Amino acid sequence: MVRFENVGLRYGLGPEILRDLSFQIPAHSFQFLTGPSGAGKTSLLRLLFLSLRPTRGLVNLFGNDVSLLGKDQVADLRKRIGIVLQDFRLLDHMTTYENVALPFRVIGREESSYRKEVIDLLKWVGLGERMDALPPILSGGEKQRAAIARAVISRPHLLLADEPTGNVDPTLGRRLLRLFIELNKSGTAVIIATHDINLMDQYEARRLVLHQGRLHIYE
Amino acid sequence: MSRADHEHGPLVDLGYERPHLPALARNLSPIVPRASISGRALVAVVAIMTYLASITTGTVLLVSASAAEWQSEVASEITIQVRPTAGRDLDRDAAAATEAIRGQPGIIEIKPFSKQESAKLLEPWLGSGLSFDELPIPRVIVARVQPGTPLDLAALRARVTQVAPTASVDDHRAWIERMRTMTGATVFAGIGILALVIIATIISVSFATRGAMAANRPIVEVLHFVGAGDRYIANRFLRHFLRLGLEGGVIGGGAAMLTFGFSESIAGWFSGTPVGDQFAALLGTFSLRPSGYLALAAQAVLIAAITALASRRTLFATLDDID
Repeated sequence: MVRFENVGLRYGLGPEILRDLSFQIPAHSFQFLTGPSGAGKTSLLRLLFLSLRPTRGLVNLFGNDVSLLGKDQVADLRKRIGIVLQDFRLLDHMTTYENVALPFRVIGREESSYRKEVIDLLKWVGLGERMDALPPILSGGEKQRAAIARAVISRPHLLLADEPTGNVDPTLGRRLLRLFIELNKSGTAVIIATHDINLMDQYEARRLVLHQGRLHIYE
Repeated sequence: MSRADHEHGPLVDLGYERPHLPALARNLSPIVPRASISGRALVAVVAIMTYLASITTGTVLLVSASAAEWQSEVASEITIQVRPTAGRDLDRDAAAATEAIRGQPGIIEIKPFSKQESAKLLEPWLGSGLSFDELPIPRVIVARVQPGTPLDLAALRARVTQVAPTASVDDHRAWIERMRTMTGATVFAGIGILALVIIATIISVSFATRGAMAANRPIVEVLHFVGAGDRYIANRFLRHFLRLGLEGGVIGGGAAMLTFGFSESIAGWFSGTPVGDQFAALLGTFSLRPSGYLALAAQAVLIAAITALASRRTLFATLDDID
């Protein structure tokens, strides 16, 4: 599904922050991406999400060489990827429900075909009472759950989550992890970038560890 | 392409917890909020530009229509002027000239001006208290020409000067040429002003679009995250700009139409004054024909379309920079 070969990344003329990354993300797989702060976890997620292009090496995503993709093709590939970012990126003028329903709205689906699904998922992540609330009045944890719900609602082929349990208590953290596991069981490849050792200890999964720009894989 | 369409079963099963659907949970908000686009200033700019463009177009139409009328009137007559000179009888020369052109091919009516009538033509310049007997006033003969008949002016001139050597025959060609030049210059100036107005509109709209895109950059980024293509995003913005353009166009175009609609009464206030008379002479009744109003309406729609197109161009250029 995803293949990196000798990938390097630098910002401008600065030092290379990711070096010689070679790995594969198989379909239906589950992995944690970890490493110290500044190791390049977010940059690697952005490479996987096509919002950054590598400075060298080959990135192949869903069978496409990303260096050859045009903007429309990138948009099409992104419809197959869900992403949860640390800063949530919710739209402040839209309710929680509308934010979560956005991926369906963008592809032009009839609201009646997904409304129940969105509401069920919002209940699941504990936002059943906050569906009509606007993001500015949500707590950090609520925003995070809304962002996760938006990323998983369309059941992407690949889910990228950057510190998805950083702002929630351990109980809710476990619940969210269960959501990711359920999603994975239904066929989504999941990559969770996290510092949280407890979270990683709760589920036996492949670990990708970034250290000084290089990737070490523990199966 | 998500898997939601062809996967079986719900992503989460709430079992007995399954909620009743709340009434409010619906997509009600626009993806790009209208309030995030500072539209009022843009509507004002487009309205002013449309008004200026419409006034220019309307004036050009009025001048062209009036000029065409003068030209057809003037082109359908010739004037013979018999000047007094020592040793010749002016009345006899005038009568001879009248007879010389009577019955010539293309001449349908001849109106010789008597001494009193000729003198009356000079009254606006010389006043009415003078005795015209002592003044050498030329005699004027106006002949109407059958429209569309080619007139052999040289032959006619030779015929007239044979019987009245001091007569001159004028078909107003030089005057018509000057008229044509003036009308052409007016139309040319009008097109120039229209071009400037359109360029200024495009620049204003481009600035407004860039401002709106900058203000809504977070929305654009999120739309990219959820897989929206540039065309989808641009269309969300474009509908706002098309509406703003139409609002501006309707206000500006409507105001211009009202201006022309009321211009007849405005012209009425000045009638009898030198300014009013000059305007009436130049622009006739100052009222547009129905086709003129149609042209103004089409122009307002055109400016709205230009607003949308300029916005679209800027949107795609700006979207290339945002990811």
